[in-house]
Amino acid sequence: MNTCAHEHLNTFTQQKNMKSNWPLWEVFIRSKQGLSHKHVGSLHAADEEMAIQNARDVYTRRNEGISIWVVESKHITASNPDESESLYDPANDKVYRHPTFYDLPDSLKHI
Amino acid sequence: MKDNHISLEDKFQATIDAEVKIEPKDWMPDKYRKTLIRQISQHAHSEIVGMLPEGRWITRAPNLRRKVALLAKVQDEAGHGLYLYSACETLGIDRDTLFEQLHSGKAKYSSIFNYPTISWADIGAIGWLVDGAAIMNQVPLCRCSYGPYARAMVRVCKEESFHQRQGFEILLTLSRGTDEQKRMLQNAIDRWWWPSMMMFGPSDGDSPNTQQSMKWKIKRFTNDELRQKFVDVCYEQAKVLNVTLPDPDIKWNEERGHYDFGEINWDEFWNVVKGNGPCNKQRLNARRKAWEDGAWVREAAVAYAEKKAARKANQTKVA
Repeated sequence: MNTCAHEHLNTFTQQKNMKSNWPLWEVFIRSKQGLSHKHVGSLHAADEEMAIQNARDVYTRRNEGISIWVVESKHITASNPDESESLYDPANDKVYRHPTFYDLPDSLKHI
Repeated sequence: MKDNHISLEDKFQATIDAEVKIEPKDWMPDKYRKTLIRQISQHAHSEIVGMLPEGRWITRAPNLRRKVALLAKVQDEAGHGLYLYSACETLGIDRDTLFEQLHSGKAKYSSIFNYPTISWADIGAIGWLVDGAAIMNQVPLCRCSYGPYARAMVRVCKEESFHQRQGFEILLTLSRGTDEQKRMLQNAIDRWWWPSMMMFGPSDGDSPNTQQSMKWKIKRFTNDELRQKFVDVCYEQAKVLNVTLPDPDIKWNEERGHYDFGEINWDEFWNVVKGNGPCNKQRLNARRKAWEDGAWVREAAVAYAEKKAARKANQTKVA
């Protein structure tokens, strides 16, 4: 897909872009103490320091966070949606993992 | 093979019909991917180019209160562009390619930003009408079937409402000012009303992609439905400003329960889309110049990052 789009461009711009294409980073924000970091989006930056600074400017302009994690996107390994059946279906028939599976009288308290 | 393909598309449509979001790694029809890349990138480019007409007034804002608000608004637009570019990249296109498409003129952005901002009242009119129309378009996009786009739009919409209110407040102040200020206000509305109406795009009859986009739940309302909603809302709001919308045909239609309005000048619309609006050249040149002037910064940042990484690797070796 990229090769195709690049065909429209002159070599000059293309060369310049090749050099300057900053890596992609995924951004995770902790909105307040006690909560875990949550994925909010991604951005480009030359290094991890700039990634944190850019994340501050792009994703926390309105006090959305008190802590930021950034990780270069290429370091993330994701499960494949095509395998979701084999990965997640086995949990479907294990209702005994939920507290509601067990029959107990209403009179029983604090359990 | 063919059967297999059909069933993938059927499964995809069933997922969408069940209001389950599509995520980046899920299978999707090529046309869905292409439509989204086009729409999201156009949207991102609009945010970025949209900074230009307003940026001109940051140094000319009448007081500090107006200046900090406008600065924050323009900064938000940069942020919105960035949320959208990263949503677009999840579809398999990279950032630099998106920029190249903008700079070469291959990609479009909203035509509204090809109109000039000649008075301070224009900044108010942009907030009220242009952001108003944008919000009407954007709120339904928060429910778009593509997860990353929908999530980006939730953030955008949350931030956008301050934009419209700051614009309306500027206009309201002018409406309570001197005769000259009132004339400036009416003049801005006269110039921005029709281009804002055009922001919703061609009429449903001339918008061939609408039907497919509705089926895929990328769009939730047609262009004409959203435009009608805009007229109904603005007519009432205009009364608060004591201004007249420059359309002699606007009239309440009891039977429809909506305001009727006059015919849009579609020749003007297509002419600006094709690149012949008052500021098309100026806007694209400004973007290209920013990109080219910034090249050394991008390169220097990479060189610095490489040097730092090398030094760190060296230190680890020594230790």
